[in-house]
Amino acid sequence: MEKQTVKINVNGVDYEVEAGQNVLEACRKVGVEIPHFCYHENLSVVGNCRMCLVMTGMPARDRATGQVLQKADGTFEIAWAPKPAIACGTRVAENMHVITDSDEVRRCRESVLEFILLNHPLDCPICDKAGECRLQEYSHAFGSGKSRYVESKNVKPKKVNVANKIMLDAERCIQCSRCIRISREIGGKDIFGFTKRGSKTEISVYEGADNESNYLLNVVDCCPVGALTEKEFRFEMRTWFLKVTDSICAESSAGVNTRVWSREGKIYRITPRKNPFVNDAWMSDSGRYVYDRFEKGNRLESARIDSSPSDKGYAAQRCVEILKLGKVAIVANGWQTVEEQFLIGELAKACDAKVYMASHVDEDDGKLVSADRTPNLRGALVTGLISEYPKPDLKELAEKVRSGEVKTVLCFREDLIDLGFEPKDFKSANIIYCGALENDTSRDAKVCVPLRSEFEKEGMWINRQFRVQKFDRAVEAPKNSYCDCEFLVAVLREVSGASFETPSIKRVRKVMCEKIPALRGCENVGKLGVLIDGSAFAHIAFPETDAMHFKKDSREA
Amino acid sequence: MVTLCEITAGAAEASIWGVVGHVLLLFLFSFIAAMVVMTFAGLSVVAERKVCAFIQGRLGPNRTAIPIVAAIPLLGNFLKRNGLMQLLADALKFLFKEDPIPGHVNKFWYMAAPAMFLAPVLIVGAVIPFGVYWSDGSMHPIAVADFDLSIIFMLAISSLTVFGGLMAGWSSNSKLPYIAATRSGAQIISYELTMGITIVTLVIWAATMVENPLNIFEVAAAQSGLWFCITQPLGAFLFLVALFAETNRLPFDVSESEADLVSGVHTEYGSFKFGLFYVGEYGHMALASMLFVTLFLGAWYPFPGCEWPSDWGWISSVLSVFTFLVKVAFMIFFFIWMRWTLPRFRYDQVMRLGWSVLVPLGIANFVFYLVLISL
Amino acid sequence: MAIIVERRRLTWMERTYLPQIVSGLWITLKNLFKPKVTLEYPEQAPILPPGYRGAPTLVMDSAGREKCVSCQLCEFVCPPKAIKIVPGEISGNSEYAYIEKAPKEFEINMLRCIFCGYCEEACPEKAIVLQQEFSLNGRTRAEMIRNKKQLYEAGGVLPDKIKKWKKVKDTADLEGGSH
Repeated sequence: MEKQTVKINVNGVDYEVEAGQNVLEACRKVGVEIPHFCYHENLSVVGNCRMCLVMTGMPARDRATGQVLQKADGTFEIAWAPKPAIACGTRVAENMHVITDSDEVRRCRESVLEFILLNHPLDCPICDKAGECRLQEYSHAFGSGKSRYVESKNVKPKKVNVANKIMLDAERCIQCSRCIRISREIGGKDIFGFTKRGSKTEISVYEGADNESNYLLNVVDCCPVGALTEKEFRFEMRTWFLKVTDSICAESSAGVNTRVWSREGKIYRITPRKNPFVNDAWMSDSGRYVYDRFEKGNRLESARIDSSPSDKGYAAQRCVEILKLGKVAIVANGWQTVEEQFLIGELAKACDAKVYMASHVDEDDGKLVSADRTPNLRGALVTGLISEYPKPDLKELAEKVRSGEVKTVLCFREDLIDLGFEPKDFKSANIIYCGALENDTSRDAKVCVPLRSEFEKEGMWINRQFRVQKFDRAVEAPKNSYCDCEFLVAVLREVSGASFETPSIKRVRKVMCEKIPALRGCENVGKLGVLIDGSAFAHIAFPETDAMHFKKDSREA
Repeated sequence: MVTLCEITAGAAEASIWGVVGHVLLLFLFSFIAAMVVMTFAGLSVVAERKVCAFIQGRLGPNRTAIPIVAAIPLLGNFLKRNGLMQLLADALKFLFKEDPIPGHVNKFWYMAAPAMFLAPVLIVGAVIPFGVYWSDGSMHPIAVADFDLSIIFMLAISSLTVFGGLMAGWSSNSKLPYIAATRSGAQIISYELTMGITIVTLVIWAATMVENPLNIFEVAAAQSGLWFCITQPLGAFLFLVALFAETNRLPFDVSESEADLVSGVHTEYGSFKFGLFYVGEYGHMALASMLFVTLFLGAWYPFPGCEWPSDWGWISSVLSVFTFLVKVAFMIFFFIWMRWTLPRFRYDQVMRLGWSVLVPLGIANFVFYLVLISL
Repeated sequence: MAIIVERRRLTWMERTYLPQIVSGLWITLKNLFKPKVTLEYPEQAPILPPGYRGAPTLVMDSAGREKCVSCQLCEFVCPPKAIKIVPGEISGNSEYAYIEKAPKEFEINMLRCIFCGYCEEACPEKAIVLQQEFSLNGRTRAEMIRNKKQLYEAGGVLPDKIKKWKKVKDTADLEGGSH
């Protein structure tokens, strides 16, 4: 079915926009921003902030005949609405005229802001929202700059603890009701509600509603002011110091688009990034803290050969020597980027090794935390490392090690002890451990190479929809660590003897996209990612269930 | 030839020890004369800094203190506040600094230049009569040497300093010192002419009064009546201007102009060798002051038409030396005062002034006195 | 193109330079005896004008409350990045708990500080003030980094210009509020 369009006129310019949407959305798509607090594109429209008031008008009709009146030059006679209307609650109609920048509209905005600010405390210096606060921005852009209000401001509850994740400051609340709608429409359970009346209206939490919802923190992101702030991030750092990096959530194969906020190499928080094909504007609470894994104490600090610290270059050299002995098995994982998996495939070919993987399956919440808790298992399938869904352990490989069929295990990130190996197996085979984290395997491995965490490298992951998505490097890597791709290229070059090009990730990506037909055209996937054809793997029984933007059987385009 | 040394000259004829003693005494007198010039050079460095500071509303160097000396009551503080210990500190600094020789210079001439620059000053100091004494009823100069052609000697030797500058400029093998050397050479040649003409005028005027008009002492002694700066005002003025140019003092210090030449011929010099240039420049100034005082400002005579009575004996001698030194000190102050008052001439202005103003004026002056004398 | 400035032709006397030289000498001579402007610093203390920008300090209000709420605007505005703040929460049992936020640590690197006064200008609480201390020295670099304690010692108490927090508290008390 063809999309229906309507002609509208915004500030005197004609546009052709999709029918059925509201004026605010239509204006945004043609590049005219209308300020708003309560409206959110993924939530129902309530229209209670009145910030998006605009003038609308329709072509005038002759009262007697119902004929549309046209001027001599073909333009319409416009019958303007006597009062401004809210852009979020008004649908576009054929030949609708909208004015967003007249003096009257500006007066509306100024008055609305003055009204909202009546009882809003002036505590921006201690408010965590400052810097990304819509009320601040709009006050600056449209506000009058002075207050006529001399009476005392309302006193409402402050520092209310919500589910031990959120701090609620009811004084700052502007009653937009976004949090009410999010918890109802996305979380599926009412948590917030308004109590009292008139200017005393305050946002409050339902008695006993402190819940275990994993999507509660989305209300913090969507709160246009500082009424709801994240406890973990409270008073940690002002937002204007934080550097934003586009990233992908590593929590599960849902591939939630995120933003990583960091300063001076420290990650302060992770927030969702809008992607209408994957996660809309949401993410799970648990996914916000995946960076905790890479706390300093957990990291593999430096390269080790036979348990003694060494230079990373020597360690790589030692890896090559051991790999050249033959009878190699490689343990890859679903946290690696597609590029790394491609290089592992090449390395496996070069030393005639078989690649093993272990699955990490947990409960699927049917939303944005999928059953597969690795972000890139599909990548291993696409790059051909594995052809079946992996087993949850590596007992098969352990048996081969014991039988002497495999003499060398090149293990990435996985903890072999957890996956079926026994400590004595470390004596019968050469175990090489490469990864960012310290674990039981790294403690006993013959060679350890420190690699980088997801936040310290860039690359691409393929999520449960077979959508290739790219993430950037958010923070600086520890100086002793090897960039994963660099390490793999260095080893591959030595082992295969082939002259593989410079170890830049872009170069690797280019070669990969040329060699793997499914990834053709994925060199630059952009912010929203590119959906690739996963029909070749339709026979595999993936553990994910139907969820947001994901159908188990017929993948949503 | 009448010299101070004739006290011992008689003894020199008597024995070999007499000769040795005579020579030793000559050395002593030379040393004293050199010391006077050098002391004036050193003090004028201090004076320059202090006067400059005062004119500019500052206090000037008043902080440097030598440990034990500074603790002496009154004197220590006096020396400190007047920057006299600063002088010593500067000298020590010049002495003890590392003395590198740049790789690109001509070593021999580079090393010789500072000595060549300073030496003429000290040599000319030998003929300056610092005062007088009376013996056998006649007046004698307190000078190392007193001979008939001492004015010619003075002119000849003092012009040699330009070679020091030229040597330094050429051997430094660097464009700025080289430009400075050529400038100072050209400038000295130009102004030497004026200086020569004014001296000739002076000498022929003096010839009407004394027996040996080419003897500095006799010319100086001829001012017992009116000083020559009164009888020859234009000549004195031209001579003074020429002296300013010869000593490379402002407003004629184009050869050292910091703005375009870094610091003149001694740009490539450091430590002690630079110190020699530095002292040399002030030595020139001191010497120029002495010359002007001797030739035009009545030498040791306290006031025009007035002299220290010969029958006071050595008291008069001391007073004559004192008078002379006071005048010299005033002249040095005048040099400094001038420097902190006037801006620098442009090089072409210096040359135009020298050749098309001062030289014609000098010749006119000469002709005027020639006519006056012949009348 | 060169601009030719028309100059008055000098008179004969002027062209000899002599009147100018003499008047110049007279001026410098007068200067020679004028009082000197030099301030002999360690012995004589300079008179600092009002608004002098000396070392930045943190100040307390008349009740001894630290004014700083660690909004970090000074840290943001500081051109040489001399200021480093670790924000923190005021503990619940403090009488100022309703202000919620205060610096846990506040460091100004006096080696970096350029005394521009932007911090004072940016401060919404008038908590950081450039006062009159100008002689800052230390034997080590670490000594020159002033921590919160030193900054408050240097700052002392200044009169409260901002009554915001008092008003907040008064209103809350009036309403029997929950602060």
